[in-house]
Amino acid sequence: MSATVSVARPQNKAPGTLALGLSRIGYETRLYFRSPDTLLFTFFFPFIMLGIFTAAFSSSGNIGANPDGTGGVSVGTYYLPGMLAAGMLLSGVQNLAVDIAGEKSDGTLKRLGGTPLSPLSYFLGKIGQVFVTAILQAGLLLLVARLVLDIALPTEPEKWATFAWVFVFGVITSAFLGIALAAVPRSGRSATAVVAPVVLVLQFISGVYLQFTTLPEWMQNLASIFPLKWMAQGMRSVFLPESFAVAEQSGTWDLPWVAGALGIWLVLGLVLSRVTFRWIRRDA
Amino acid sequence: MTSTPPAVQVRDLQKSYGGVEAVRGVSFSIAAGETFALLGPNGAGKSTTIEILEGYRARSGGEVSVLGTDPHRGGLEWKARLGIVLQTSNESGNATVTEQLRHFAGFYPHPRDVDEVIDAAGLREKAKTRVSKLSGGQRRRVDVALGIIGRPELLFLDEPTTGFDPEARHQFWHLIRGLKAEGTTILLTTHYLDEAAQLGDRAGIIAGGQLIDIGPLDKIGGADARVPVVRWRDGNGLVREERTSRPAQVVAELVRSLNGAEPEDLEVIRPSLEDVYLSLVRGHEAIPAGTGAAASTNDGRPDPSRRTYKDVRA
Repeated sequence: MSATVSVARPQNKAPGTLALGLSRIGYETRLYFRSPDTLLFTFFFPFIMLGIFTAAFSSSGNIGANPDGTGGVSVGTYYLPGMLAAGMLLSGVQNLAVDIAGEKSDGTLKRLGGTPLSPLSYFLGKIGQVFVTAILQAGLLLLVARLVLDIALPTEPEKWATFAWVFVFGVITSAFLGIALAAVPRSGRSATAVVAPVVLVLQFISGVYLQFTTLPEWMQNLASIFPLKWMAQGMRSVFLPESFAVAEQSGTWDLPWVAGALGIWLVLGLVLSRVTFRWIRRDA
Repeated sequence: MTSTPPAVQVRDLQKSYGGVEAVRGVSFSIAAGETFALLGPNGAGKSTTIEILEGYRARSGGEVSVLGTDPHRGGLEWKARLGIVLQTSNESGNATVTEQLRHFAGFYPHPRDVDEVIDAAGLREKAKTRVSKLSGGQRRRVDVALGIIGRPELLFLDEPTTGFDPEARHQFWHLIRGLKAEGTTILLTTHYLDEAAQLGDRAGIIAGGQLIDIGPLDKIGGADARVPVVRWRDGNGLVREERTSRPAQVVAELVRSLNGAEPEDLEVIRPSLEDVYLSLVRGHEAIPAGTGAAASTNDGRPDPSRRTYKDVRA
């Protein structure tokens, strides 16, 4: 023991990774709601689309109705599952890909990389933020659906159990894919231009805006490669009557396939985000 | 009495990007508790050197030890002992000053008190303002505050006072002197030579990726560079200069040669750090690349001891 202590430093324990992750969730969530762009294009986008579709197509009657006009579901009911799925995708992929690409180019990540914040805490903060905001978004969507659009929500507990696992699985998968996709844009400015088209095209081919079963088969097959189609299908199984299952690709809801596809994308997203993430761009 | 290992030890540091050698064999060390100023023109290799020490960049060659650790392998515990104020920041800044500091304080095992840091950085009136709403100089204060919130043993300040008004700069100096008094080791880069002179104990001057001089701030450049200059205007309207260690005697002789008349525009000038710095850097630029390896050199510097030139004001 030598007496070479230069600065009096009480030996406190370093803050834990998990505790810092929780602190990041609070911080990230607060900043999310202070960013007008993110609020409009991520949080409220599904609301806007649901409103537009309901207003535009309601006059043409129920979807899946009998030839005499009875039966089927209202336009709002039909689009609700798709909008919930779109919300999960936007909250994860679009939100994080744009957010992290921006943080990379504006110096936020470089600053954090010079502090003792663990990358794991940083990830926990991002994924937690996605989770919190996606839950608020879905809750608000369901509330608007029930109270404003007068859509009947399911009452069976099994349906809500399906909702829960599809939601949790889908949101975490989206979050990882968002972190991975953030590595693609070369600058924060180009991030929206790179990310938005990807997300938009996925929504069109995956049955969010267009009725999936009316799409050509090759497009359905293409969409089946990506996770959004499975999220939307899982959500349809919750909110649409059983009779609509025959309209799906295989004539059933295929929930095991939903779980399988989301599981594969979850692992892929985890690996990609782990491999591509850097506090700063590596120099030569 | 110094058995304490140096806070920073750099030996023959090299860094090249592609084929360009940005840093070519730089060596220096910084004692614990010392404030070391790294000076040099833009593109000289200062920021590259500092970013290697901070662990942001990998080096191409040489040995580096920062607080006893190779920065390339520095983990979170090592980072907890550093404070880093980077050169630029343009973060979106949707958090308030207090929120930002409180959040960052949580990363460290024994942070400073958030309110104390806000006061010390002169941000009390802006404490509840979002960072995005602050002026450039105020944002820079936030950068500095974030750099010291973790009670660092070693503080990196990369051009910390850019955009400060003179009063803010003096406040900042006061803050840094307080940190020095607590024993914080500081590595400072700045373009304000008066700032280096105010805060630094020693300085290194880097140009063309090489250290061209290093030493205590009042000795750097060597005794020759600090020889005072006597300047006056002669009878033909030409400005004359004479470098001399005995300016009073030169002036006395001058007066005698004018038969007691008052010399026109008489000045006795002691070279400031800025003058010394400029002559060192210009001297280095005059040397063809690759031959100026030696530290502390007078070679190639134009002999400034006697020169006569037309006064442009005439």
